[in-house]
Order: sequence, then C-alpha cells, then structure tokens
Amino acid sequence: MNLVILILIGIFSYTSFIYGRSRIKKITTSQSIKINALPNYYGYYLALWCALPSLIILLVWSIFEASIIKGLISQTLSQNELNVYTSDQINLIYQKIVSLYNGNFSGKITNEIKQGAEDYKSFLSIAQSSKVVLLLSTAVLTITYGIKRISKNNKARHDVEKILTGLLFACSLVAILTTLGIIFSLLFESIKFFSAINIFDFLFGTSWSPQRAFVRDASAITAEEYADLKNAFGSVPLFAGTAFIALIAMTVAVPIGLFSGIYMAEYASIKVRKFSKPIIEILAGIPTVVYGFFAALTVGPFFREFGEKLGLEVSSESALAAGLVMGVMIIPYVSSLSDDVINSVPQSLRDGSYAVGATKSETIKRVVIPAALPGIVGSILLAVSRAIGETMIVVMAAGLAANLTINPLESTTTITTQIVMLLVGDQEFDSPKTQSAFALGLTLFFATLILNYIALRFVKKYREKYD
Amino acid sequence: MTKEERIKKRYNAEKRFKLYGITSVVLAILFVVFLIYVIFSKGSSAFQKTIINVEINFTLDSLYLDPNPSKDDLENVEYYDLAIESLLKVYQVNGLKEEKALINLFSPDYEYEVRDFLIKNPEFINKKTILKLTASDDMDQLHKGNYPRHLPEDRRRINDFQLMMYDKLVEQNKIDKIFNNYLFQKGDSRNPELAGIGGALVGSFFTIIITLLLSFPIAIFASIYLEEFAPKNRIIDFIEININNLAAVPSIVFGLLGLGILLGTFDLPRSTPLVAGITLALMTLPRIIIPCRASLKAVPPSIREGALAVGASKVQSVMHHVVPLAIPGTLSGTIIGLAQALGETAPLILIGMVAFVVDIPSIPTDPSASLPVQVYLWSEQAERGFVEKTSATIMILLSFLITLNFIAVYLRQKFERKW
Repeated sequence: MNLVILILIGIFSYTSFIYGRSRIKKITTSQSIKINALPNYYGYYLALWCALPSLIILLVWSIFEASIIKGLISQTLSQNELNVYTSDQINLIYQKIVSLYNGNFSGKITNEIKQGAEDYKSFLSIAQSSKVVLLLSTAVLTITYGIKRISKNNKARHDVEKILTGLLFACSLVAILTTLGIIFSLLFESIKFFSAINIFDFLFGTSWSPQRAFVRDASAITAEEYADLKNAFGSVPLFAGTAFIALIAMTVAVPIGLFSGIYMAEYASIKVRKFSKPIIEILAGIPTVVYGFFAALTVGPFFREFGEKLGLEVSSESALAAGLVMGVMIIPYVSSLSDDVINSVPQSLRDGSYAVGATKSETIKRVVIPAALPGIVGSILLAVSRAIGETMIVVMAAGLAANLTINPLESTTTITTQIVMLLVGDQEFDSPKTQSAFALGLTLFFATLILNYIALRFVKKYREKYD
Repeated sequence: MTKEERIKKRYNAEKRFKLYGITSVVLAILFVVFLIYVIFSKGSSAFQKTIINVEINFTLDSLYLDPNPSKDDLENVEYYDLAIESLLKVYQVNGLKEEKALINLFSPDYEYEVRDFLIKNPEFINKKTILKLTASDDMDQLHKGNYPRHLPEDRRRINDFQLMMYDKLVEQNKIDKIFNNYLFQKGDSRNPELAGIGGALVGSFFTIIITLLLSFPIAIFASIYLEEFAPKNRIIDFIEININNLAAVPSIVFGLLGLGILLGTFDLPRSTPLVAGITLALMTLPRIIIPCRASLKAVPPSIREGALAVGASKVQSVMHHVVPLAIPGTLSGTIIGLAQALGETAPLILIGMVAFVVDIPSIPTDPSASLPVQVYLWSEQAERGFVEKTSATIMILLSFLITLNFIAVYLRQKFERKW
C-alpha cells in the first residue's frame, strides 16, 4: 500500500514538474516578463511543493500508525469489565489479535480475540482510507498553492536552493538523532533497572547470576528479595572478564601489529608492501562471526587437547582461545594505524639520526617511535575499545558463567556476551533481568566513548605536532 | 669491548629487529591463510549431498489415483506408502527393526521428494524410474568420510546393521554424491541434510537493500552539507563529533538501539529484514559519511571557483560540478561500508533475527534469517552435518564480501583522479 502511495506521489511530482515548467514558459511568453530563474526551477519548485509535505505526512503516519492502533485496542481491552488485565497480558492478547488477523494464529480463539481482530481490521481500514484522503487533499492543496506562487513570479531558484540546503542539513542531523536515540534507549531502561538495583551494588558487586533473579513484582521488591538481587547483579566479574580477554587480545595484537606496521613503513620494498598489506587487511574485513566459529570449533578444542596432553585442565571455552582469536582480528587495526602514523613522521628526523651514524633499527627505536608515540598509543587505545566492544567471538567462544578469575585456561564471560544472553530468547519486559542488559550496554557505551575520546585526542595532538 | 665487537653487536641487533618485523608480517599472513584453509577444507563438502538411488514404480494403484489425474490430484494424494514400499526394496530386510534401520538411512523428507518429482514430471505415471533420494545426515557424513565408524556401536548413531547395508549399497553403486541444490533452495531445518541458506540469502539481500536505500542518500546529503554548506558553529562541531563517535561505537549498542526504539517504541515487526536494515543503516551511516566527505574534499577548490566565476549559484556549483566528480569516490566508500554491514551479526541477534525460520521470506516484513546469523545459529548445533553447512555458509558470505571489496577497489582505481 505504502509503495503504491509512494509511486503515486512520484507520478504527481513529475507531472507537477512538467506543468510548472510549461506554465512559467507560457506566462513569460504571454506577458513578456523577465523571470528570475530557469524554467526548470519552477518545475522543481512545484514538484517539491507536491512531494515534500505528503512525504513528511506519510512518514509520520507510518511511524505512529502501529502504536496508535495498538493503543486503541489495548484501551478497549483494559475497559473490559469481566477481566482485569496487566499490561503484559494486554500485550500478549494484542499479539494474538494481530496474528489472527494475519492468518497465522494457532490456538484457542476466544470471543475477545475474535472481536479484537475485527476491531483491528476496521481500525486498519479506517486508517488506510483516512491516510489516502489526507495525502490527496494535502497534495491538491499544496500544488494549488505552489501554482499560485509561480504565477506571481517568485524567485524559484532561490527558494528551491533554500529547501535543498534545509534537506541536506536535516540529513546531517540524523547523526545527532542516532546518538540521542542510543542514549535514550539505554538510559530509559537503565533508569528503571537502577531504581530496582542500587547503582553501587551493580558497579561493585562481585557476583553475577541473573538467572537467579526472579521477582514477582518489579515495582515492589521486598528487602528479602533485594538481598538475592544484589548478588545476582554485581557486574565486577563481567568487567574483569572483559578486561582480561581484551588484555590477552592486546598481548597478541600489539607486538604483531606494531612490528608489522614498523616493517611495512620502514623496511618493506614497495613490492612486498603492495602484496602483504592487502592480505593483512583481509583480517579486518572478515566478519566477526567467522572468527567466533573458528575460535569455538578449531582453536578452543585444540587448546583443550593440547592441555590434556600436558596434564592441564583447559576449559573448551577458555579465555585464552577467545582472546587469542580476538587478537588476530585486531592485528590489522594496530598495524595499519601505526603504519600511517610512522609514515607521517618527517623524513628529516630520520636523516638526522642516520647522519650521526645510527643504524636503521636504532633510528626507529630511538627517534621514529618516540616521535610517533602519541599516535601509536592512540591507535592502540582504539584497538582496545574495539576489543571490549567485540561481541560475536566472545559469545561463541567464551563462557557464560561469570567467574572472577585470572587463569586464562578457565572460562570467563564478558559484558557483550551477557547482553546477548540476556536478550536472546523469551524476554520478559519490565524485569530487572532484561533491563540489566541495557545497563550493561550503557556502561559499554560510555567506556568505549571515553576510550575513543582519549585516543582521538592523542592522535590529534600528534598530528598538530608535525602538520 | 672493542670497536669491532660493538659494531658487530649493533649490526646483530639490527638484523634481529628486522627479523621481528618479518616474523610479524609472516605470522599475520599465515593467520589469514590458516583461517581460510580451515573454513574451506571443512565447508567444501557441503556443496555435495549423498543420495541413494531408489527404483520407484508410479502405478496408479499404489498412489490410489484415478486414470488421467489432474495436477491437483497429484498434489493431494498420499505418497507415503509408495515411498516406503520402494525404500524397502532397496535392500532385503526382515522384521520391523531392520525395516526401521533401512528407512533411517534416508532423510525424513522422502515422501515429499517422491511427490515433487511426480508433480514436476507427470509423464512418469505408470512408469518405473530411478529416483535420487536424499540420504540422512549420518549417511551423508559417513559417505563423505567424516563419520567415526571405528567407534564401538553404542557410541554412534548408525548401528552395525546400517553400516553393513551402507557398504553393500556402495558395492552395488546405489549411493552417490550429487550437487547439493538444497543448500541454496531451502530454508532452515532441524535436519542438516535438509537445511539450506535460501532464506538467509533472501533475508540478507532485503536487509542490505534497505540499508543501502536508507544510508547512501542520507550519507551523501549529510556529507555534502558538512563539507560544502556548513557554517562554522557549535551545532556543526557537535554533529562532527557525533559522527566520529558513532563510527567507533560497538555494533551491539546499535542492536540495543534497534531493540529499544524500533521494536519497543515504534512497534515494528520483530526478526524482519526491515528492522535489521534500519538498524544497520544507522550503524553504517557514519562509516559511509567519513569516506564520502574525504572524496568531496578531494575535489579541488578551482572547480568550485570556476563555476562561481561564470555566475553559478553556490548550490549549482556544488550540485552540477563538485558532486558528479566526487560520486565515484563515494561509491567505493559506500560499498565497503555495506560489506561491513553484510557481515554484521550482533545487532541482528538483538533484534530477534535468531528465530528459527523455515520459510523463505517474500517481503522485507517477513521474519527471516540472514547469512551471518545463520552461521551463528548453525554453529550452535551439535550435528556434524551442520559444521560443514556452517563453513559453506561462511564461504558464500566471504565470497560476497570479496566481490564487494573488489568492486570497490576497481571503482576506486578506475575513477581515481589526481588533480
């Protein structure tokens, strides 16, 4: 339906473009006045008048249609005098109604659901027809207004350009809207979570087991229940696990990445560079789910068998396997960033060092790296932020149980793993269990934000030094 | 220490340092090679499936059909008896237990395979023919040599009798491997031999199209504004900081955004390519804007000044001259951004794309899987057959990504201009 409307709007706009153009030509020839812009601009002007308001109305309508209909139906449901429903039950009944309407409902059809489906159908058709009427009348109104404006010989080009710049500006606002969306969606649920669980218990508690967290009524938690909850939502083991796996990853990625960056920038011939740089960058292009599969199926079992031979007990979901594979994934981020940074160290510094008789490696160690250090630190920080935000490798290869351990052969869990685990499957909304995922998300968001900010500051400072 | 010794030591240090560099580069390259080798060696067998040749006699009696049946008749009759009868003729068995063992050599869909064949080739009514029926997952793995047949009987799902039947059938040339058309045609299934990535392919296609349609125009418009029209003020600074930050926000946070806003507030349908596309578009947007701005910046100011000098307005100079020159550069940035979005998994899991979907979606608001999510789902399955299926899916996903990246590199090289 929306597609048909979109096509109609397209046809309307095109016709108004043609009409506007021919109209202004007619006016100019019949009244012999000099117009202010090319005839095409009058066409654009009319087309914009036709398309823009209708498109905006259509967009707003489509965004709110579903929730308004849901609201209407929930209202009739909640006014039912026989049964008193909680909001969860109303949601469930609403889903049943929608699936009955779509014809894929299996289960007992009660009178209420049947009635609801009929209501739903009538609401949908009312919405449909009123939408069409509204859009048509808007289009007619705006086109008439546009035509009137044209005949008065306005400055069409100026107006069209103004609207266009406005549109461009609106598009760049999407970035702000996304950030706001992230912050609101995270904050909204997190605030609910922190109203149930004390934020200090969350940040400094040392026991994490949300499966145990069961509350009858989230709005009235008894002191007894809270003592349990406190032990279910202590996120220190998650922070520790995340940091630990990231540390293992960085011990793999930093030396290999840094040394290959140095080699590429200082030693490699153009031929070697042209061949090996793209290959290493393949590592950055491989989807993380592939690394996860590799870690879970090849590296994890390999370490376990290897450990068995040495008489060690190695978990098949060891932090070592996940961290190692994550390190491999991060190598190209470290290597290409440090390659860039080293490349932009001015040649004169190197020449000065060679002139006093230093070898190449001495120059690199004593002159180039100290000069490039802020940039290198920045790139490593960016890599760390990638490591703690990385999800699929740890979901597939690291464990689920929150152990507070520093033994790399045991399994640990991370923030991202827990977010996925808490939100996959049947979710009960308004339970601290689901909300805690958003609280973890918020923590993760701020942690990466701070890391990125510091890293960018480092890089920027470095650039200013030599630019 | 003499002078010579000191020099020798310094030169040795030099050599060592260079060696570290070479070792790291070689290590990194070896990782790539090893990863790809593991995936390909595990996955290539999934492109073939094991079949068992079964002779089937489509008599009207066995199908309870009237003479000259219509297509509807063919679709509605029972094929179960005919299929079972024909299966049991493959090997001489006695007793219910042995019959069951024989039937278990086949994938549970034999009935529908017989039906689909007859509907497609109705001329075989009242004729005999040999059908290639799909073998069960265990048979498939056995025939491909991945099955641990040396284990004691109580530790494997194929019993000794079935193994003996298998060996005899191989001797009689009744077992064969053919191209696995199910891999591309079918949706997900609990049986590895019947599971395919048809649904995931279509789901990924819808998702990426929606991502492209949303992110490309918005990214281009935003970068044109920021690069060409934006005044220097606080709002613009704030937008730029936002874009740089969003590019580095972990993808799972965008999944939380999709879950909280798109599913929670706007009530869009769960598990659908529509929501996945919007979520990924928001994630990809900053990653496209950055290269787009770079390619707009690369257009020299003389182009703009030339246009302005002959009387073009600011908008005309940008839209008629700068943007057409910058478009090829923006294309390669967009394609690389889309390739990243195609491989993204975590946000899709959060918006519910992990649901078990058998049907292949026909519109973007149908519940669906996508390629990376399919990899995740299958990797959690215990059956051996899913390991090769997972690796094959990865191979297909990687080949898409490589193609996209090649297109991007080609576009960049073809249209790259030095001013």
